[in-house]
Amino acid sequence: MDAATIDATVRFVPNRQHSWIGRLFDNKSFLVFLCMLPTIGLLVVFLTYPLGLGLWLSMTDTTIGQRGEFIGLENFWSLFDDPVFWGAVWYTIFYTAVATAGKFLLGLWLAMLLNHHLPFKAFIRAIVLLPWIVPTVLSSIAWWWIYDPQFSIISYVFVNVLHWRETYFDFLGTPWPARWSLIVANVWRGIPFVAITLLAGLQTISPSLYEAALLDGATAMQKFRRITVPLLMPILSVALTLSVLFTFSDFQLVYAITRGGPFNSTHLMATLAFQRAIPGSQLGEGAAIAVAMIPFLIAATLLCFFGVGRRKWQQGGDND
Amino acid sequence: MTSLAGTNTAETDTAGLLAEELEEGLAKSTRDDPEYLSWDSKARRTITVYIPLAIFVIVLLFPFYWMAITSIKPDYEMYDYKQFTPFWVHSPTLANIKKLLFETEYPRWLMTTMGIATAATFLSVGASVLAAYAIERLRFRGAQHVGLLVYLAYLVPPTILFIPLATLIFQFGMFDSPLALILTYPTFLIPFCTWLLIGYFKSIPYELEECALIDGASRLQILRRITLPLAVPGLISAGIFAFTLSWNEFIYALAFIQSTEKKTVPVAILTELVTGDVYQWGSLMAGSLLGSVPVAIIYSFFVEYYVSSMTGAVKE
Repeated sequence: MDAATIDATVRFVPNRQHSWIGRLFDNKSFLVFLCMLPTIGLLVVFLTYPLGLGLWLSMTDTTIGQRGEFIGLENFWSLFDDPVFWGAVWYTIFYTAVATAGKFLLGLWLAMLLNHHLPFKAFIRAIVLLPWIVPTVLSSIAWWWIYDPQFSIISYVFVNVLHWRETYFDFLGTPWPARWSLIVANVWRGIPFVAITLLAGLQTISPSLYEAALLDGATAMQKFRRITVPLLMPILSVALTLSVLFTFSDFQLVYAITRGGPFNSTHLMATLAFQRAIPGSQLGEGAAIAVAMIPFLIAATLLCFFGVGRRKWQQGGDND
Repeated sequence: MTSLAGTNTAETDTAGLLAEELEEGLAKSTRDDPEYLSWDSKARRTITVYIPLAIFVIVLLFPFYWMAITSIKPDYEMYDYKQFTPFWVHSPTLANIKKLLFETEYPRWLMTTMGIATAATFLSVGASVLAAYAIERLRFRGAQHVGLLVYLAYLVPPTILFIPLATLIFQFGMFDSPLALILTYPTFLIPFCTWLLIGYFKSIPYELEECALIDGASRLQILRRITLPLAVPGLISAGIFAFTLSWNEFIYALAFIQSTEKKTVPVAILTELVTGDVYQWGSLMAGSLLGSVPVAIIYSFFVEYYVSSMTGAVKE
């Protein structure tokens, strides 16, 4: 890196006479404006404006192909009396809570396993990330096939190999097994991200702390509780915030495996919003469901962010 | 712990772990390893580290194995568990893959996805470099706040945006056009890439730019000749991230694209290949596998960049 920088510096031709364009670009405000323009432009048009538009749509009776009229909070009142909506709210919370707990417990365990000196460590670390890299929909289709009622490989193992059961599992045909099946698939997909992130955190913990604890006669459990967990907290809170946020707003996995069925029992708020808005063409009602997600998202973010541990550097400041 | 020693031999001789362990033991005895200070016996290590790790790896990789093995099974094997053990394939066939490539529009979907992902990646990385440079290096007033706003944009999930975006796309006349995806993907790519590149620019010494300023370079020359060349690893990882994220994107592609030939791979597999009541699992698995291969290849080339920048991005 050093050689490259010196090389780059030496190759400068001292040039006092910049063209007017060069001088314009030396004007800092102009340069800032120019540099921020594409980002701010794209984000305002395709992110901020749609957020506002979503709020407006949720208070209209817009359908596909027809401009709606303002109807106030009517969409929300009708959702309030809609058992399917409340079922989706309940399952979204349940799904987020259980899947996040599973991901973090197993992810932390995997991170601690990977933190040992292992043969082929880099290779193991690389392949362990695969579930996270591969498009969610495509791995979800694989899970769908694994959960097949007639040809499920899990059922085959339980019935024909281990002889623990007489009949095949009905993974996706009845509400509760379907709910748990989706959670398992989500945990499977989420473990790598948590594990690799926490592994990075574990590697920053100085080994001398563990040596000191060992000399003082600390047990493995004490070392874990008094050294590992507190020092992991900062990175844990960031990973937790992101994970909760993206699990809560999950769409792909449920849409690919069950599409909300059986009997609407596995609808997340996102899949229900899609269902009502695009195939059902009730854009206003779909937007209202999406807007209803916002308070939950804000509450979850604040809870994880401030509840678990707050550090200055999470907001882009210095690490101290 | 003595009771565990008895089970040790049975556990280890299965996977050939013993040899690796011996090798590692030798390597470890020469290292000053804090773990080795404890009473870390081989038996204990096998029970607490290798076996759980093996289970993790098997569970995490099994769906891919299952995907791969299903995609090369002939139909009569796939649905007959009594005669053929499902874990292995007896007479592998390329029929499923052939059917996918020649009887569906799969190659076209692949090209479309590739094109959209590439365009969105270039657009986002370009915009992010400029934004990250301005936020981190030009140090204008309020730069911290702008950085925070961009970070907050990352926290807005696409699932609450797609309905208003669909109406917006319709008004712009971009419905059912790849342009709709190329322009909307940056909403989640730019915040991520900017965040990553800000972290990267931080690691480049500011003094280098000051030297160049003293030598009479203009700001643009500095960006082009000093900052960007030094930020190439950061740019590569931002590019990989952006490419994989746009390859994996689903909900916008599902909502904004209607005609069969313009669909992206994840959407097309789910909406075009899943037809009727009888699922063609062979072709479905082949399609999923082929759709995963491009990201897996890119990822395998740059895995070190990927892991370090992922952890780096979180730490920043």
